[in-house]
Parts: sequence; C-alpha cells; structure tokens
Amino acid sequence: MDALVELLQSDARLSVEQMAERLGKSVSEIEQMLAELRDSGAILGFHAVIDRDKVDDKRVSAFIEVKLTPERDGGFDKLAQRISKFDQVSSCFLMSGGYDLAVIVEGEDLREVARFVTEKLSTLEGVLSTATHFQLKVYKQSGFLASDTHADERLAVTP
Amino acid sequence: MKPLEERIAKQVKSIPRSGIRDFFELVQGRDDVISLGVGEPDFCAPWHIREAAIFSLEQGHTSYTSNLGLLSLRECISKYVTKQFDVTYDPKTEILVTVGVSEALDLVCRALLNPGDEVIYHEPCYVSYNPSIALAYGVAVPVQTKVEDNFVLKAEDVAAKITDKTRILMLNFPTNPTGAVEPVEELEKIAKLVIENDLLVVSDEIYSELLYNGDGGFERGEHVSIASLPGMKERTILLHGFSKAFAMTGFRLGYSCAPHVLTEAMMKIHQYSMLCAPIMSQNAAIEALKHGEEEMEKMRRAYARRRNLVLKRFEEMGVPCFAPGGAFYMFPDIRKFGLSSSEFALRLLEEENVAVVPGNAFGEAGEGCVRACYATSYEKLEVALDRIASFVSRL
Repeated sequence: MDALVELLQSDARLSVEQMAERLGKSVSEIEQMLAELRDSGAILGFHAVIDRDKVDDKRVSAFIEVKLTPERDGGFDKLAQRISKFDQVSSCFLMSGGYDLAVIVEGEDLREVARFVTEKLSTLEGVLSTATHFQLKVYKQSGFLASDTHADERLAVTP
Repeated sequence: MKPLEERIAKQVKSIPRSGIRDFFELVQGRDDVISLGVGEPDFCAPWHIREAAIFSLEQGHTSYTSNLGLLSLRECISKYVTKQFDVTYDPKTEILVTVGVSEALDLVCRALLNPGDEVIYHEPCYVSYNPSIALAYGVAVPVQTKVEDNFVLKAEDVAAKITDKTRILMLNFPTNPTGAVEPVEELEKIAKLVIENDLLVVSDEIYSELLYNGDGGFERGEHVSIASLPGMKERTILLHGFSKAFAMTGFRLGYSCAPHVLTEAMMKIHQYSMLCAPIMSQNAAIEALKHGEEEMEKMRRAYARRRNLVLKRFEEMGVPCFAPGGAFYMFPDIRKFGLSSSEFALRLLEEENVAVVPGNAFGEAGEGCVRACYATSYEKLEVALDRIASFVSRL
C-alpha cells in the first residue's frame, strides 16, 4: 500500500495497468487497493501541480496565520471545519506554535483576498486575530521544483 | 623528424581503441536518440551529498589530504564495508581512497604484476580490465562466461586457464555488462582454487548494492564478497566506490581494501601519480556513507521497477534475456535474429534511434548479445522498448 501511495504522489495519471506493472501486482489487486484508499478517505483528490507564473494566471495566494479561541467541546475542529468550507480556502491546517490555523486563501486579486479576510474570516466568532502574508513567487510546490532545469548531461554511450 | 606515431610506446599502441568509443561517435550528433548505452545512473547525486560537497568548499577545504585519503572517510568506509561485505579492514593501514575504481584497478595491476605475469578475468566484462593488465605488462587471460550459464563464472573454466605464471584472478560481480551475480557455491569453489594455486584476487564490487530478486519483486537480492570467505581476506584486493549506488560518477571516488603490504605498494604509485583524491569528493563521500542509504534504496527500487519492465518487454518480444541479479544492465541474446551484435546495434540506432552497446565491446564472449542499460526514466524506457519491439518485429 505504501508503494502505491508513493507512486500516486509522484504521478497520479498512471493507468491501473501501468501501476500494476510498476508495482509487480495484478490489475485487480491495484483496483482493490485504490478502492480502499478512496473509501477510507486517504485519497482526497487528484490535481495537477501548476506553476501559475507559467500560465499567466493572475490569481493571488495568501498564507494566513489565524489565532482562535478553542471551544469547550471539539477544541478547534468546529471552527477550522467551518473556515475550510469557504471556496476561497484551498488549504487549512492546525499548527503548533505561535498561532493555531494556517489558512491558504486564493483570490482573483489582492482586494478579493483582503475582503475575504476582513469580512468573512476575522468576523467569525472565535477568531481572535489574523496575519496575512501574500505569496510572491513559487520555488517548490507539492514536492515539485519550479524551474527544474536539470538536463541529462550524460554522454550517450559510456562503458 | 621521426613520425610522431612511431614515438608512441609499444604497450600503448598494442591496445585497441575501445569499441564503445567508436559507437559513441556514431550516436553523437543524432537527434531524438534514446540512449540505453550509458554506464552510469540517470539520477543526479542526492542533494544532501551535493550540499556536503558545496559546504566543504565553503569551509575552505581545498587542500591535499593524506595520500591514503581522509582518515575520517576511511573510518566510514571501514564501517560500511563491514556492514556491506562482512569483512573488516583497518582504516589506518588497509584502505586506500582512489580516484574512482578505475584508478584502483590500474594501481593494483601496476603494484602486483611483473612483465609476463598472467591475470585471469571473466568476459564479457568492463572494458578497462584488459588494457589495465596490458599497460602493467601483464598478460590478460580471459575466461568466457556464457549466456547458457547465465554468465556465471565456472570454477572449472578458471582452473583450465591457470598456469605457473598466473598471479591474479580478477572478478567483477555483479558484472558490467551482464548484471550477473555469482552464486555463493561457485564462489566457494573459486576461492578454494585460488588458495590451492596461491593466487591473489582482485574483486571489483562496484555494483554490489544494486541487487534484485530473481522473481521480479523489489526486494534486495544477495551478493557475497569473495573477501568474506574463509582464508580469502589475506589474498583479496576488494575494490569499491561511490559512482553507481550513490550516483556519484563525476565525483570520481573509489577505494581499495587490501592487506597492509598490498595497500602500501598501491599507495606508493598513487602518491607519486595522483597524490590524493579530491578533498571535496572525499567530504561528499563521508556524507554519502553516513546518511546516504535511504536515497540509495530509493534509487535501487526505481532500478528494480525498470528492470522488471525491461525483462517483461523482452519476454513479450521473444528476445531471450536472463534475469540479472544486479547492476543496471540487461544483456539480451540477439543471436536468433541472425545479425552480429554490431549490426543489430547499428540498425537499431539507424532505424529506431535507440542506442544499445554491441556485446563484443565487452570482449569476444559478448558477441551475440547487446547491453541495454535501464538507468533511464521509466517513461523513456517505455518508448525505447516500443521502438525495440517494432525493430525486432521487422527482423
């Protein structure tokens, strides 16, 4: 199962047949493993990892530190789940350290993100404070280097 | 003036040009070639190792080191060799750090051979063995290993070549170009023969981490070093390095492990010719030995995956190919197509833009096979194999 997860994380586009070949399993074994991963909620979804600079996507992304008041029952969960439901939120994590939630928000432009933070996020009951950091440039994302230019420099034939 | 050609030393003149070199020139300059002709990993050296080399430079470590190599590196090597091969060498007196295994091989030959001494080695083999022996004025005595035997070296075939002039038996398992791993029962017979005839063994074990299961799984296979067999450590020069398993070919770093007297003799030549291996490579190697095994295992598993793919595809194409236990080469048998190795490789290149190396580049025993290196990305391999399939379907 670990090997399948590793393979999916490096390339989710492989067909079931290709995965079976690479992992030395049968197609039906792979299908069963995939079903288990889906049913258990281990696979949240599939998407391409895009460097927006390369597709002229003007949308902006902000990383927001959020401090919360924990609730008596459920701690941060209820509020964190509520925040996660907003379409603008692409990721949301509970953190250790100086703040409670790391929320990644996407918007058409700076103003849209600002509006979301001031009107939606910071007005929620239980949200104590927010600190918004806009993303300027991507160097690495989800395990992929942006501008990974390492070409095969090996000589074509060597002993 | 006497022509310059006539001034070249006889010994050098006597060495033929490498068949690989000829083929390289054919491949060079062609576009869209997928080369399965390389003899090195497609992986870049892991970042933490490269970073250690950069840090070493940053710290200003740009001096010579001890002729034997940094003691801290030799200590790491000693530990690693004990773990890997189950034989222990004294880092102070029995380990010599060299510029790749190639240098170590040259040192061994020059340190141990007198003119006319015979060295037995098995073919098909890495292209340097024969010339290294010849340049040291030794006599190269090849033993053929056969595709029918899965390229296992038979003790009886070695025995047939032993004369009163034989001094050294040279071994390379896992083997470049065949990927063969010597079964331990046969290795024991060979060790017995070596002891009976009072020979020394030079064992090039550069591929010894890249081992696979015969059954197409991903687990690491078995390899036994002849140095670990009873009575063999005192008569074995074990050669190893960082190029293959750690993907560090360009760092040019290898080492020999051998009894003190032999290490001293090799060091004598090394100190006057090379002085020492580059210090930044040595520092990178320390990092590799201390923290490199996880990345190494990842690469090995990737090779295992590719190996299984290539084996399966050759089988589907009806190209006989034994399942190699090590290295990253396949050595399929192409005799049924009625072409020589060179013709096969040349036509495959011209018609399908895939480069493999003709087996005869690795000695006469390699004729009838080609070497296909699977140290290239899975996706590229798939394309290359489709092209090979289309080629052989027309033969």
